Amino acid sequence: MSRRYSPLLEMTSVRIKEFLREPEAVFWVFAFPLLLAAALGFAFRAKGPDQIPVGVVAVSAADSAAERTVASLARDPGLLVRRYPPVDGREALRTGKISLLIEPGPPAVFHFDETRPDSRIARLEADDALQRAAGRKDLLEVRSEKVTEKGSRYIDFLIPGLLGMNLMGTGIWSLAFSVTTARSRRILKRLVATPMRRGEYLLAQILGRLVFLLPEIVVLVGIGWLLFGVAVRGSILLLVATCLLGAMSFCGLGLLIASRVKTVEGASGIANLVLMPMWILSGVFFSSERFPDAVQPLIKALPLTALNQALRGIMTEGRGLTGIAPQLAILIAWGLVSFGVALKIFRWR
Amino acid sequence: MSPERATIAVRCQGLVKRYADVTAVDGLDLEVRRGECFGLLGPNGAGKTTTIEILEGLTEPDAGEVEILGTSWARDGNALRERLGISLQETQLTEKLTVGETVRLFRSFYREGRDPDTVLSQLALDEKRDSRVGKLSGGQKQRLAVACALVGDPEVLFLDEPTTGLDPQSRLQLWQIVMGFRAHGGTVLLTTHYMDEAERLCDRVAIIDHGKVIALGTPPELISSLHAANVIEFASEPEIAEPVLRALPGVAEPHRRGPNWSLPVGSLAETVPVLLDKIESSGAKLVNLSTHRATLEDLFVALTGRALRED
Repeated sequence: MSRRYSPLLEMTSVRIKEFLREPEAVFWVFAFPLLLAAALGFAFRAKGPDQIPVGVVAVSAADSAAERTVASLARDPGLLVRRYPPVDGREALRTGKISLLIEPGPPAVFHFDETRPDSRIARLEADDALQRAAGRKDLLEVRSEKVTEKGSRYIDFLIPGLLGMNLMGTGIWSLAFSVTTARSRRILKRLVATPMRRGEYLLAQILGRLVFLLPEIVVLVGIGWLLFGVAVRGSILLLVATCLLGAMSFCGLGLLIASRVKTVEGASGIANLVLMPMWILSGVFFSSERFPDAVQPLIKALPLTALNQALRGIMTEGRGLTGIAPQLAILIAWGLVSFGVALKIFRWR
Repeated sequence: MSPERATIAVRCQGLVKRYADVTAVDGLDLEVRRGECFGLLGPNGAGKTTTIEILEGLTEPDAGEVEILGTSWARDGNALRERLGISLQETQLTEKLTVGETVRLFRSFYREGRDPDTVLSQLALDEKRDSRVGKLSGGQKQRLAVACALVGDPEVLFLDEPTTGLDPQSRLQLWQIVMGFRAHGGTVLLTTHYMDEAERLCDRVAIIDHGKVIALGTPPELISSLHAANVIEFASEPEIAEPVLRALPGVAEPHRRGPNWSLPVGSLAETVPVLLDKIESSGAKLVNLSTHRATLEDLFVALTGRALRED
């Protein structure tokens, strides 16, 4: 007789140890999303309104008409003014270095590409600056009131997206990888030759993944908050619960991917096939609304889209449970269907 | 349960398993008694692994009956698993885990079993307790696989090619473990394509070829069934024709073995002088000559006309 061991506990702890002893896996789960968030966050950090670059054609260094135009334009803080010889100016406009090229005239000539929104704005601003310098008076009095709404920055959009992407990647990879490896090395077959309960094995794989859920959330949301001031406007508890639901749902997909394939390469192929479209379509880095209306219902039904919308709903809009109920329902449906099918077709040897 | 039945650990009858292009097991009957070490001996592809995996409840047979410890997989599968210890061919255990963690994991699956540390020290793995599985040698890995089979304190131990690819010292170590288990009343069913393993380790051996048992008995019984306790191997320049060899006194069934002729004989004293005379009188020159006691290998060749290790 020896002491009693709990198989569920042993299998879960073994799964956790396996993960922690795989430095690459730890990197992809924890370090990678952080690096990505930091890099993108700094690249897109708010530095006040952008200045639009415009060019002025100067025939010579002492072109007085050009100098007058430059001086007038420089009074508009929204414009960044550069001088160009005529040929170079065309070149700069064509290659996108400037949004608008102005020949001082008279009459002043604006060269720009009408399909570029920045060019159209530059034309309006430059026209306004030149007319004012020439003495135009405003006929109607207006007053601008500037707002900086928190939650509307790119990083506010990005952090929930990265969280969703990470939950998807970790859930799918950890399940698909561990189960397929065990099958390809015949460990699964060896395990089913013992009195091990099969359900407990699968449960241990899921628990082994969920253990890392809380650290994942804390790390990503914490860094977003500390470095970029990304706040969670809604309930933290609801955020964690949503992450848990998302993670479970992706565990189901991971299990489904791993339910029959015999090689790790095969599983990687299928996993990438599942992951790739969602990275692009589901609004991680840019809003999924940019895709045509016709495919919107399809995109909205994807689990990552639902998770990202729910996370953004909680974090940036401060929504409650009812506000994200449709998204949660989509996640539950994905989870139930993938678990159900995976268990039905699972190959143990 | 009749007393005769109580003494049978594993029994199967009319076992058949077909795969798409091959019949791996073709009407196979076996009976392994409690407390014996039983060997399935045969070349690669003879159906040994398929047979043992059917008996282990891992593969479903197309036909036939299996009875393990007086019950069947269909009736009592879960309870049976508690009483068996299994080592599969070529299982690679998780490399990132340590030896101690692996054995404890397997221990956790059994309601009753042995203390993992005791099993490890018995298998001379206690020094490797904290080593990663991936860092073990072939012999240590194989002992760990057996440790995982023993930690549930089984009544029957199934070992599929336990020493394939091991160095002589590791093989010996493994044999001692198997003998120790059997000495404490355990039943062992193992497969092997090593003759010496079957002769040294097994109380009884079934020789399997093309999914059928072609001979069954204790190693001495099987060898004596050859009616030729010794084997002469020789080569000459030029060769002696087969009919001449057949006509020699006491020669059973001459066959080629590489460049040599192999002659199973009843008595060396009777045949060797006559053979040497024949060679000399025919004007041929003897290139080499050796003799050895007949082994299971010779039996297999006599039964099938093929060498056992033809891979």
